[in-house]
Amino acid sequence: MIRFSQVTFAYPNQAPLFQDFDWQVEAGEAWAVIGPSGCGKSTLLYLVAGLRQPNAGQILVDGRPVPRPRASTGLVLQDFGLLPWATVWENVALVMRIGQFYRRKHTPPDAPRPYPRPDIAPAQVDRWLARLGIADQRDKYPGQISGGQRQRVAIARSLLQQPNLLLMDEPFSSLDALTREDLQRLTLELRQETGVTTVIVTHNIEEAVYLGRRILLLGRAPNTVARVVENPGAGALDFRRQLAYQEKCTELRTLLAEESGEPKK
Amino acid sequence: MRRRELLLATINLLIVWQLLAWLLRIAVLPGPLAVAQVFGRELLRGLGWHFLVSAWRVIASIVIATALAVPAGLVLGQSQRLNRLFAPLIYILYPIPKIVFLPIILLFLGIGDTSKVFIIFLILFFPILVVVRDQASALRPELIYSVRSLGAGRRALFRFVYLPATVPAALTALRVSIGTAVAVLFFAESFATTSGLGYYIIVESWGRLAYEEMYVGVIAMSALGLLLYFVVDRLERRLAPWMFARDR
Repeated sequence: MIRFSQVTFAYPNQAPLFQDFDWQVEAGEAWAVIGPSGCGKSTLLYLVAGLRQPNAGQILVDGRPVPRPRASTGLVLQDFGLLPWATVWENVALVMRIGQFYRRKHTPPDAPRPYPRPDIAPAQVDRWLARLGIADQRDKYPGQISGGQRQRVAIARSLLQQPNLLLMDEPFSSLDALTREDLQRLTLELRQETGVTTVIVTHNIEEAVYLGRRILLLGRAPNTVARVVENPGAGALDFRRQLAYQEKCTELRTLLAEESGEPKK
Repeated sequence: MRRRELLLATINLLIVWQLLAWLLRIAVLPGPLAVAQVFGRELLRGLGWHFLVSAWRVIASIVIATALAVPAGLVLGQSQRLNRLFAPLIYILYPIPKIVFLPIILLFLGIGDTSKVFIIFLILFFPILVVVRDQASALRPELIYSVRSLGAGRRALFRFVYLPATVPAALTALRVSIGTAVAVLFFAESFATTSGLGYYIIVESWGRLAYEEMYVGVIAMSALGLLLYFVVDRLERRLAPWMFARDR
């Protein structure tokens, strides 16, 4: 699904975050990406999403390079991803509305852009609103609903794209503990329902262990090798209560401490 | 603001005015009742025409200023390179009191509508441009990323992000500037013209010592400013409803 070969990336006038970096994600896998801040976690996601281009090397998603965002990659950010001036319904329906906008402008059918998406109908918007439990918020603005509900809107909006790849950047970091666990559980359920490949970036060890069957460990830049922790127990809704979960958290904590060079007790 | 509160405030003002008129008993301060009578008479005798002329001038300026400043601000707001190019120019031009250019504008554009529309346009253009530009450049990159990831190219970003993001700011700038616009209109109309409320107040009334007519003109000009203010206020509610949405 995702293939990084010899990828090098640096922001202008900064030291590279990735150098000759290889990484591979198979279809249907559930990945978590964890590491200290500034290690390039979010950048990795933007590279996969086609929002940034590597300086060297190649990134293939679904076998193709991503010079621009692709139609079937969903992206959920920590915050500020929703349009403050659009209602919940309008926000979720955004991919459909953008499609309609371009259809009216008569984009040539051979245009490289994979949009518009004429396959998405308003009924599907309502279906996802209902599935995410925000149907009764449909006419409110993002400023009027809670942080947890806002992230539900962001997830519904991505799922409306019918993605085969879902990228999430610290999606639940600004939420309180209960809401966060609620949404993590929901993420697992939605994964099981849709079979979508997920890559979730987080700085939270518990979140990485709960949601990532494979965990990519990033360290201080530049990252040259993909260090992967296998976590086959993840995916069960009650994984949090299992012993394996605790052990995996401890293991990850030790690895991260080594990574940052200052072992903690 | 509720309609009843506004009505009450108006009545209060009228009462104070009437009391002052009774107290002072001088020709230069006629009471509201006397002025109202003259108002009705004057409306048919040309005041209506002067009102329309003034309204046309200021509305034309507003429309032109908005139509040019909003797109220019949007373009500058999302292109750092263009903004770097134009920012010093705008920085210099913005604080210049445009009204001092009036004599020059009159020389170039004559004494007709064009010069009046142009000076008001100049005054409105810069605050709208600056506010729209700053609003557009202050947008969170996360918002742009997530809308781009939904398939938005440059045009869709303008339509779904930049434009709605700047509407409230542009309207606020407009609302704040309307008072100045009407004031400048009054000044520009008070000489070198034969129509408009400024002409009516200064030349036709003040110059002839026709005090009641003078007050009629002042009220008409205030009404023009107030009317425009109301219109922008309503537009804000219509075009930017999320700014007024509260938790129910």
